[in-house]
Amino acid sequence: MFNDLFSKETLSEAWRIIEAEFPTAIWETVYVTVLATAFSILIGLPLGVLLVVGEKNGILPLPSWLLHTLNVVINLLRSVPFLILMILVFPLTRLIVGTVVGTTASIVPLVIAAFPFVARLTESSLREVSPNTVEMAQSMGASPIQIIVKVMIPESVPSLISNATIAITTILGYSAMSGIIGGGGLGKIAINYGYYRYKYLIMIAAVILLIILVQIFQSVGTRLAAKADKRIKKKSI
Amino acid sequence: MIDIKNISKKFNTAEGTVEALKNVSISIPEGDIFGIIGMSGAGKSTLVRCINMLERPDAGSIEIDGVNLCELSESKLRSVRRDITMIFQGFNLLMQRNCLKNVCFPLELAGKSKSEAKKRALELLDTVGLGDKAKAYPAQLSGGQQQRVAIARALATNPKVLLCDEATSALDPTTTNSILELIRSINEKLGITVIIITHQMSVVESICKHVAILDNGEVAEQGEVTEVFSHPKSLAARKLVFPEGSTDSLIVGGSGERFVRVIFNGAGATGSPLIARMAVEKGIEANIAYASTKSIGGKAYGSMLLGISGDDADVNTAVEYLTQTPDVLAEEVTVHV
Repeated sequence: MFNDLFSKETLSEAWRIIEAEFPTAIWETVYVTVLATAFSILIGLPLGVLLVVGEKNGILPLPSWLLHTLNVVINLLRSVPFLILMILVFPLTRLIVGTVVGTTASIVPLVIAAFPFVARLTESSLREVSPNTVEMAQSMGASPIQIIVKVMIPESVPSLISNATIAITTILGYSAMSGIIGGGGLGKIAINYGYYRYKYLIMIAAVILLIILVQIFQSVGTRLAAKADKRIKKKSI
Repeated sequence: MIDIKNISKKFNTAEGTVEALKNVSISIPEGDIFGIIGMSGAGKSTLVRCINMLERPDAGSIEIDGVNLCELSESKLRSVRRDITMIFQGFNLLMQRNCLKNVCFPLELAGKSKSEAKKRALELLDTVGLGDKAKAYPAQLSGGQQQRVAIARALATNPKVLLCDEATSALDPTTTNSILELIRSINEKLGITVIIITHQMSVVESICKHVAILDNGEVAEQGEVTEVFSHPKSLAARKLVFPEGSTDSLIVGGSGERFVRVIFNGAGATGSPLIARMAVEKGIEANIAYASTKSIGGKAYGSMLLGISGDDADVNTAVEYLTQTPDVLAEEVTVHV
């Protein structure tokens, strides 16, 4: 099936499609990924905080049924395969966006799939803050809210950035899948040309671009996390 | 004045209930440097956490200047805690904030303006000798410097009481001394009551005026440091003062010897070779079977067990001779070798 992969006609045809469709596709992928990540953090971060502070021995204990429900919901959402989830949330998507197909519509299932993941990542970041540091803040008369805002979150910023990077690359992967339900982007191109029309060259080009995007997000994230971390010893002047 | 009355605290653990504190009563005079010493697991940390109510005692009361902390609500406690600040074994600085911002932290919590907080923080960093490290991050500082920043932070809200929870345990001896010196000067200049929790005798000896010995959740002994350390009455106190063991368990000596216990009770005896002089002047040769003496404030405290081979007369002469020295007691004792 790969016989005429690099024949003159395939190459020129592929180049025509790439030129015509890729700029929009890249933009759509970035747009969907960034927006979905932003919303996921908006919902997932506070939930992650609650998972930590709401524990029985936490600084703001929640009623145990509430914490339990929160944990169950997060685990449930995380165990539904994304492909199924996309279809399951159609009613919600229609309610919010007005339609279930298209690029913007694919943001809704992405957020639903990603915010529980972000909540768990946030939880693990905040757990890295030493209980001794929290105790210090309490001994200075800090309220629970002050501890969250001034101690727990700022102290775990480097870890939160690393985990946000993991989230954005995962969401990028999911966004490619949303090509199936008509979400735009590189995923749609890979499926439409590569899978349905056997234009493998296009598919390979789309996949390479996805890899490049993941690389960019990852290296920017790693660099930001390292830059934010003041624990890494620098020689004092 | 801090009055700890009959406090008890139990913890439920997987292995059952642990009584961390049993009916503990301590009173700490204002402006004092008060040591609370004990082995690990004696309940020191629980006690110090009860003083600022990070742990609420199950029973008893803690009064600071007549206010019973046990009766205060959480929000009232938060403002009281600005008067009872704390430094820790692990320093517990905010690692993502520079030194200046670390010292500003309690002021931010108290709602002070940024410029006001910054001004006060700079003053305090100067006080602890780190005026030039304001922009440095904790990871760039040594342990001793980090503890100095923690002290500056603890002083930011003008507290009445400074709790030091094993504050020097992670530091080397030289740094320990410089930190203790800083704490002493703060106590003198600002009149802050200092409570020092430690397992190190040397810390209590060098800085505290009063001490309470905590053993297995109970106060074994309390009083002036010189008094408690020179006449340890309780078993727990003796274990701390003579960590090598009591005189009855560790003896090197020949058979047929008789023993004389010599007690140094704050004698200026350190400078004079007492045992050697006895040999020269009285012709009595003493074998030192056991000795544990300490110099506290330039005076000798402790005890020594002398083995003397001789008859009644020799032993009596020795006892008489030793007793003549001021602040030295001597008596014959029977020990089983």
